[in-house]
Amino acid sequence: MAHLLALSMPLLAAATPADLVAARSQMALTLGFHIVLACLGVALPAIMLIAEARGLRRGDQDALLLARRWSSVVAVTFAVGAVSGTVLSFELGILWPGLMGQYGAAFGIPFAVEGIFFFVEAIFVAIYIYGWDRLSPLAHFLSGIPIAIAGLGGTVSVVAANAWMNQPAGFTMGADGRISEVRPLEVIFNGATWYEVPHMLLAAYMVTGFLLASVYAIGMLRGRRDAYTRLGFTIPFVVAAIAAPIQIAVGDVAAREIVKHQPAKFAAMELVTETGPQRPIVLGGILVDGEVRYGLEIPGLVSFLAGFDVNTVVIGLDQVPLDEQPPANVVHLAWDAMLACGFALLGLAAWFGLLRLRRRDPTESTWFLRGASIAGLLAIVAMEAGWIVTEVRRQPWIVWGRLRTADAVTAAGGIGISLAAVAILYLALGIATIVVLRALSRRWNDETISAGDLPYGPTGK
Amino acid sequence: MTPAESVAVVLWLGTMIYAVFGGADFGAGLWDLLTGNDRRGKAQRELIDRAVGPVWEANHTWLIFDLVILWSAFPGAFAAITSTLYLPLALAAVGIVLRGSGFAFRKLSLRLTGRRAFGLTFAVSSVVTPFFLGTVLGGIASGRVPQAGGGDPIVSWLNPTSIVIGLLAVAAGAYIAAAFLTADARRSAPTVVDAFRQRTFGAGVVAGGIAIAGLLVLRVDAPRLFEGLTGPGLPFVAGSVVAGSVSLALCVVSDARWTRAFAVTAVAMIVLGWGVAQYPLLLPPDLTIAAAAAPDGTLQALTVITVAAVAVIGPSLALLFWLQQHRRLESHPEGQALSREPRRPPP
Repeated sequence: MAHLLALSMPLLAAATPADLVAARSQMALTLGFHIVLACLGVALPAIMLIAEARGLRRGDQDALLLARRWSSVVAVTFAVGAVSGTVLSFELGILWPGLMGQYGAAFGIPFAVEGIFFFVEAIFVAIYIYGWDRLSPLAHFLSGIPIAIAGLGGTVSVVAANAWMNQPAGFTMGADGRISEVRPLEVIFNGATWYEVPHMLLAAYMVTGFLLASVYAIGMLRGRRDAYTRLGFTIPFVVAAIAAPIQIAVGDVAAREIVKHQPAKFAAMELVTETGPQRPIVLGGILVDGEVRYGLEIPGLVSFLAGFDVNTVVIGLDQVPLDEQPPANVVHLAWDAMLACGFALLGLAAWFGLLRLRRRDPTESTWFLRGASIAGLLAIVAMEAGWIVTEVRRQPWIVWGRLRTADAVTAAGGIGISLAAVAILYLALGIATIVVLRALSRRWNDETISAGDLPYGPTGK
Repeated sequence: MTPAESVAVVLWLGTMIYAVFGGADFGAGLWDLLTGNDRRGKAQRELIDRAVGPVWEANHTWLIFDLVILWSAFPGAFAAITSTLYLPLALAAVGIVLRGSGFAFRKLSLRLTGRRAFGLTFAVSSVVTPFFLGTVLGGIASGRVPQAGGGDPIVSWLNPTSIVIGLLAVAAGAYIAAAFLTADARRSAPTVVDAFRQRTFGAGVVAGGIAIAGLLVLRVDAPRLFEGLTGPGLPFVAGSVVAGSVSLALCVVSDARWTRAFAVTAVAMIVLGWGVAQYPLLLPPDLTIAAAAAPDGTLQALTVITVAAVAVIGPSLALLFWLQQHRRLESHPEGQALSREPRRPPP
């Protein structure tokens, strides 16, 4: 006990600006970690069901084996996702009591909806994973459907909460500074929900599909060219490749919504320093003393993209009070990173499609497989960069135009210690997850797969 | 009943269910820790694995459910609690991470060293996590969380009431877990029935002892809560004592099913008794449920969400438990690989 007391003593100091940075870093770290697992939780069950459906309908034993093995992966990633998600709900209170205390009555509602979906997911993930060989094939397949639906509903709910931070709606402030009236449907379906939700949902399918496909692309580059490995590549890759072009279109719409509703954000994303028509797009580049340096400029393109006309007036950072400007360089570089990865993945998807149209097997092309082997990494970078854009460009606000992040952070000091502890814990958790998954994959590779060796299909009792 | 009160009832019922099912999960981890070396504990650990595997994530979700209801319906109280009791909450969060991941990783580890390390992580964090969560409840119940938040970060949870409730949370979980595992063992692992039956009795006696000693501590440390428990809460306290005693008697005569039912009742009654004892307060000593409540729109939304949750989750959970009780969830994608693993005796 004395040891514990000694540990906690530095935490009694009051919060400082460094604490705010530490609190934001801790939130970024834990959210950035959880979001990868959340993607797998949303999309992997659906991809696994596609494989199982194929296996059951065509009697394809490779597909059944894939579904079964992917469900083992789900067992790990869902568990780690569940606990890392729990950490986030604790952190909302521990790190941001100002946000929850003042806006919980509105902001909290989407999370309450999410609670139902998460519950359903937890129940049916268990039935699906533990039900192999014990349930009839059809019952087993059907037990997976609620997982995919719950993943969808959960994404809508949680992303609606994030969207609300960008376009807060559905509440009235009383004279006492407390929320006096709440309109729940307006909270959930706020102005940013409709474009943030599909963007994240597609991102989840792209991250999961490309990541899974990468694993099998690497397997093929290492010489495993059997039908099982090719199918393990093709199912997730096709899912992700379908999502990629839709994602670019959705992202384009989302960007124009930001021009409309949060021009300061857009100015930071595109490094628009001065308001006016015919603003150039800047690829790369950073802001040094208010000047754009080192970037490649394409004249008029930002104005054109913002309003389909080079003469569209775009609000620049000069219109945004200094104390309301987000850190533009971080936002801009993350934005460019997301776009670069996104278009690279679109190119990869198009390459796959072209080869298939010309009746060629894409998995025969070594160069294509090399590209595909890094697709998972690119998708994760794109998604993480996208979240950095969303979260950092909202600064200094935690609730856009209403509550500053600095006013929402806890008054308890010593967040730096907490951040260090969390960083160590999550490093260990991340390493352990990868080690366990790699051990699984090695075991699978060692098992010989032949058509005669099939204790795997779900067999009814 | 006002909308705020009905949401408060939902909150307490959620806490009650989490105390029972979450407690049983934590308790299973405690028995995993105390069950001896690899060889002696094998049959018992396999039973624990089978019993906890398919249900722990669902059981754990009740905690999330409580958190989202609390922060939406009573946002100020939530912020007051988290800005005061952040240390035990953070420690509990760490425990939850280690516990869940340790359990999942152990399941899929083939090497004995890996299984031991992950198993130990799972088991130790199963013991400390309910303690920290108990200290949080103790801090709230003994009136140490000021309405405005920012209360004493140490004394708010390192105080006699918190420590008693922390210990009670651990012991009650162990008691319910042993009762559940005894019933499970009768169906699938007859050789370990007696071990868990004895543990049910032992843990029940310890939990009952802590509860009674706790009342004496409350009398000095949290007199208002004590008055509540011996006043309006008395029927629940008495009910808990009776149910606990009956379950111990049934344990002696080896009726596993009814032992389990009465053990669950004994623990559930304590949580409900606490709620009744401090009614109409949400955060003693001053903040009432009515004063802490969010606007009606939020409360209505939460009521709809609760009804939807009961309609959707109720049947789903029933299906999960039914399938588990009928041994339809005992496979695992890697199950065959696991059973092939040779178990070496410890060096």
